[in-house]
Amino acid sequence: MRTARFFALAAAGVLATTGVAACSDSEKGDSATAGGPIVVKASDTACDVGTTDLGAGTATFKITNSGAKVTEFYVYASGDRVMGEVENIAPGLSRELHVELPAGTYETACKPGMSGKGIRGALKVSGSAQPLTADAALAGATDNYQRYVKSQTGALLEKTEEFVAAVKAGDVAKAKTLFPVARTYWERIEPVAEIFGDLDPKIDGREEVIEEGMEFTGFHRIEKDLWQSGDISKDGPIADRLLADVKEIVAKANAEKLSPLQLANGAKELLDEVASGKITGEEDRYSHTDLWDFAANLEGSKAAVSALRPALEQRSPELVTQLDTEFTNVEALLGKHRDGDGWKLHTALSKAELKELSDGINALAEPISKVAAVVAR
Amino acid sequence: MSGSRLSRRRAITLAGVGVAGVAGVAAGAGALISDSRDPAAASDHPAGAVPFHGEHQAGIVTPAQDRLHFVAFDVITKDRARLVELLQEWTAAAVRMTAGRDAGVLGAVGGMPEAPPDDTGEALGLPPSQLTLTIGFGPTLFRDADGRDRFGIADRRPAALAELPKFPGDALQPQLSGGDLCVQACANDPQVAVHAIRNLARLGMGVVSVRWSQLGFGRTSSTSRDQATARNLFGFKDGTANLKAEDTDLLREQLWVQPGDGPDWMAGGSYLVTRKIRMLVETWDRTSLAEQEEIVGRTKGSGAPLGRTDEFDEPDFAARGDDGQPVIAEHAHVTLAHPSRNAGAHLLRRGYNFVDGSDGLGRLDAGLFFIAYQRDPRRQFVPIQTQLARHDVMNEYLRHVSSGLFACPPGVRDGGDHWGRALFG
Repeated sequence: MRTARFFALAAAGVLATTGVAACSDSEKGDSATAGGPIVVKASDTACDVGTTDLGAGTATFKITNSGAKVTEFYVYASGDRVMGEVENIAPGLSRELHVELPAGTYETACKPGMSGKGIRGALKVSGSAQPLTADAALAGATDNYQRYVKSQTGALLEKTEEFVAAVKAGDVAKAKTLFPVARTYWERIEPVAEIFGDLDPKIDGREEVIEEGMEFTGFHRIEKDLWQSGDISKDGPIADRLLADVKEIVAKANAEKLSPLQLANGAKELLDEVASGKITGEEDRYSHTDLWDFAANLEGSKAAVSALRPALEQRSPELVTQLDTEFTNVEALLGKHRDGDGWKLHTALSKAELKELSDGINALAEPISKVAAVVAR
Repeated sequence: MSGSRLSRRRAITLAGVGVAGVAGVAAGAGALISDSRDPAAASDHPAGAVPFHGEHQAGIVTPAQDRLHFVAFDVITKDRARLVELLQEWTAAAVRMTAGRDAGVLGAVGGMPEAPPDDTGEALGLPPSQLTLTIGFGPTLFRDADGRDRFGIADRRPAALAELPKFPGDALQPQLSGGDLCVQACANDPQVAVHAIRNLARLGMGVVSVRWSQLGFGRTSSTSRDQATARNLFGFKDGTANLKAEDTDLLREQLWVQPGDGPDWMAGGSYLVTRKIRMLVETWDRTSLAEQEEIVGRTKGSGAPLGRTDEFDEPDFAARGDDGQPVIAEHAHVTLAHPSRNAGAHLLRRGYNFVDGSDGLGRLDAGLFFIAYQRDPRRQFVPIQTQLARHDVMNEYLRHVSSGLFACPPGVRDGGDHWGRALFG
């Protein structure tokens, strides 16, 4: 369920900012937050933000809903990229949003009734603040991971081109072989892709997440045609569209610099993907190639943790030992299901084998869920 | 930090009054006796805390609470030290949760914003609700299915922890049966019981894996003379002749493992048998009242043995009706299960009704999650169940789908003690 994952990451971004609040506040006395939270008066028809001009760093918004509808509050960067959000503010309630905002222009939005584009307002952020990456080990982590993203997006583009060419040529057998391979590179960097919320469902959305009025496109649409009807004669435009979307996301992903916390949360989310969608066979329900995705999610998670490793070793060596043990364990469990260069089909595994994998993922996901807090401290 | 804790903390303070009030009375018995000074505890759904520490584990003779969440785990680690560490962590969490506190030190809302909370939070604001957590060790913990002595404790396995025989008519599902460890959570609020099991399962990730679990409602036994006898889903009072907390001598003889019975680590403990018994309620409901009563051997209304007037009257198996036939049938449930027909064997039952939704054929997936504690299953549950499985007419309406056997060690004595210390020490 892509949309949910996207929001989860956005929410993680919000949390991320609270951890640095203390340090950026003390280093920047002129921050707009110094005098207390920015008051947002939300109603069913208005979104009155206390100030529209603030200094870079951590901002705290206090949203009070005086309307009759449940509302939400967002801070968007250009292109409606979510910098922070609070959901589900019931009438009469106040909620706080902590968000780290570098200099730039943003939009605030209240969404009475929790739908639509909301009541927008401009927000200007100026000056500079110490970001989390001031720590050398963490700065190294993001640079390191950036290189990983670059290598994966390069291969993603190449393999998607091959896949698309096979689909357009009507070569079902070849397209079937290429399907899990192209997805490997996608699945390794999925949390990055998920930052661009609108592109992710187009490329990797499953049939059930497609809203009314939206078209079912992307990998899983072609997967369905390849495995279910075997008729891909009308998939040319879908394939072209997939390639265009992948190109766009590759460009954006390489321009995006992830924060160390996003790395940490991404590592966890990749395992959550495995636990919720791959173990169950939901993700690749037509091709049953879920184990390719499983392996790729695991590799992607490991890459993110590896990038953070120098910082983790300084701060929590025992956590590193635990992560190493559990990564080795899951890799060994998954390794039993190799099939040539690839993996067995999900349907070839017994329930007991799937439970064993699930136990391994749970054992790894628990220590990984602790990484973000270690990074933030 | 503690000052900022939410309502669950406040509930504890309130409940604390009840705990202090009963501590003297309940000491040793490990059971909570309701305290009339605490209005919550005096009601039918006491909210106070049951002491965790004691000679015996709580949750055995503790007056049966209304709700159950029972879970059986497989141990998936090979590392004995990790298992022992988990048992220590579980004990610490159990001490906190049974007192109405969060599972972890930081709690549901007290930790770093970037970290997942160390308590899942759904019990915030709820009182302890007489939560008890009771642990048991299955035969496969001592030697696994392949005969391996994984944790070096095979020689400590009690003889009484012998696998149950296959009873006639058993339709056991292996994936719903057995387990290396079990935890029984009983509480007067289902949310509190579920919260406890969920947090223990989470603490156990990587060391244990949930094998099966069962929710139960509506206790079907009373374990104290203060409690009214509850009804099972057949509509009959269940547990009238149960062993009760007040039967001190009988408990020593029938319930608690005595020194010399087997390995020392079990003295003061008890053996637990669980059976998930699906009831075919639709066909039972089409059975005449007379036949239902004949099968059970008791009247449906008062619960009195047939031919007698009061629920607690002793059944008279010798009585004959005008037709010369026994008033209580030879194959009535009450006859077959009676201690006089089983060499004096009693059980302490604390089973629960369950409804796991419907079965897709329009039938309730319902029945009894049978729980019985005893000193030695070989002399108690096994002969009784053998009789019932062979002769009980009620079997027409029952299917035994799950079975479990666990050795429940004695109580955790104090803060320095933990679950399994004597076994692994």
